[in-house]
Amino acid sequence: MSTVRISDDALAIALGADELAAAFEQAGATVERTSSWGMHWLEPLVEVDGMGFGPATPADVPAILAGTSDKGIGAIADHPFIKGQQRLTFARAGKTRPLSLEDYQATGGWSALTRARAMDRADVVAEVIESGLRGRGGAGFPAGIKWRTVMEAAGDEKYVVCNADEGDSGTFADRMLMEGDPFQLIEGMAIAAHAVGAGQGYIYVRSEYPHAIAKLDKAIELAAQHIAPFQLEVRVGAGAYVCGEETSLLNSIEGKRGEVRAKPPLPALEGLFGKPTVVNNVLTLAAVPHIMAEGGSGLYVRLGIDRSKGTMPIQLAGNIKHGGLYETAFGISLDELVNRIGGGTASGRPVKAVQVGGPLGAYLHPSEFHLPFDYEAYAGADALIGHGGITVFDDSADMGAMARFAFQFCAAESCGKCTPCRIGSTRGVELIDRIRTGGKVMADAVEGLPQMHNARKTGRTREEELALLNDLMEAMQFGSLCALGGFTPYPVRSALKHWPEDFG
Amino acid sequence: MQTSELDAIIAEHSGRKGALLPMLHAVQQAYGCIDAKAEKAIAEALNLSRAEVHGVVSFYHDFTEAPDPRPVVELCRAEACKARGVEALVAAAEAAAGERVNLKEVYCLGLCSMGPSARVHGKLYAGLDEAELVKLVTTA
Repeated sequence: MSTVRISDDALAIALGADELAAAFEQAGATVERTSSWGMHWLEPLVEVDGMGFGPATPADVPAILAGTSDKGIGAIADHPFIKGQQRLTFARAGKTRPLSLEDYQATGGWSALTRARAMDRADVVAEVIESGLRGRGGAGFPAGIKWRTVMEAAGDEKYVVCNADEGDSGTFADRMLMEGDPFQLIEGMAIAAHAVGAGQGYIYVRSEYPHAIAKLDKAIELAAQHIAPFQLEVRVGAGAYVCGEETSLLNSIEGKRGEVRAKPPLPALEGLFGKPTVVNNVLTLAAVPHIMAEGGSGLYVRLGIDRSKGTMPIQLAGNIKHGGLYETAFGISLDELVNRIGGGTASGRPVKAVQVGGPLGAYLHPSEFHLPFDYEAYAGADALIGHGGITVFDDSADMGAMARFAFQFCAAESCGKCTPCRIGSTRGVELIDRIRTGGKVMADAVEGLPQMHNARKTGRTREEELALLNDLMEAMQFGSLCALGGFTPYPVRSALKHWPEDFG
Repeated sequence: MQTSELDAIIAEHSGRKGALLPMLHAVQQAYGCIDAKAEKAIAEALNLSRAEVHGVVSFYHDFTEAPDPRPVVELCRAEACKARGVEALVAAAEAAAGERVNLKEVYCLGLCSMGPSARVHGKLYAGLDEAELVKLVTTA
């Protein structure tokens, strides 16, 4: 009897992959647990001799084994969703067992690290710069330049820190990578450590990802001899979204409140425990083994458009028919991603809005769907690509409520260090509530107090409230210490601009 | 809370760099909370003030100062799950939870392509409809 392959990714498990695997074993089949192909609407997806069946339930087991199942999707590798992709970072997705060193080595694992270690560190950094790789966490800073700063920094101790605090809604590529191909991340970190001269690394994972944490712990243990003398440790977050901001993440590893630090000094010069530190996102570090393979950087820089080079693992999420992971070169349009690849909404209703880049990203209107996936093109349209998450909303979405939620989320997750974010977010919720109910009729209790000399004693019209909201957002955007307060205006402004009718 | 157990947790982690968070996780896991007594012992072991330790405990959502013995159902209410209609399920889930179950909102379990999603006793669920969510809450 042939081997049955089922993913052990957390999403597949949430949809019943464990129960399905048990049912196959009970039926006498040999089950192999692999990483996920990333076609989430088909999970749990069963692979038998390269042919796919999904979404499968334990009731489908006999038919799948007998070859009579009507859930067949044909050869998985030939599925249009997979065929259209250019997978570099996710090259092993669906194909290997996450914790099998044998599988990793057989698919080119550790060769980039061996090559990098035989090179001068300056040459390694030069190749990463040449590849054009930019930080995949959202800011898009050139990774090689950051590495060079750390390499040139004086210091007896240096650190490599992986930011795996993937808190943005609509993103799951870090999780899939850590669960599906943990050795690749470890190899990328070991290369970074060699390039900058670091002896210790930390992977800071959010506590909401227990599957990823377990996989990484095990993978680090298994890979210890391959990466020695480099030491690696997983540190678990504690439910604070703001710890995805690099300086607040460093404070958290140090055992402090996850408050943002003012920059400068840059973490590259004074980072973890005050030492020069590379802080990179999971996807940035996981792209490194491909770039450091022979000729890899030259290949990488030829992909993409303008200053956005290489590939981006894009995450199709929210109300989308074919959700999942789609890695492709930069430059693809939203229309292509949402309508052709994603198949429109899961509910079958028209697409109303798409939020790109997580809770701090702008809501894009279908009239903007021609935008190419590119850091600068999005910035030019007052949007951001962030970590590459795309959340689709159908026409039942209330964009006024989503704008309010942006402020509410910021208020709940603000670290509290700077005033625009800490106070502004709460004032924003109140303002949106007032705008949605037609403006304030009378001055409130505080404004009416005799000592509030400068406060006006009459109510404000809707237009005046909107002007106040714009002032508030300007203060937040330019006055906040980090992107949490600084980017919260993006979803609000875009919602106001495209869907004013949702604001009462 | 047994002092010897607490001492063992503190001893296990106190040699590490940046020991406070791993230590707090272990205490929270073992006792379901980090109370004043634990804060004091940790502060002494790490040569911190109690205010510093309390500041960290109160900063993070994962740490609580008092235990809550109720079963927890974590329901994701972030954008992607909202786009898939989680808000329409909340009222029924709250009614089913009553005072017996701690229905906690979380921002993102990372299952954003197949929401609404939830986590109960460490087990993940995706693609929930109202009946499934209510069942999760009532059997929690």
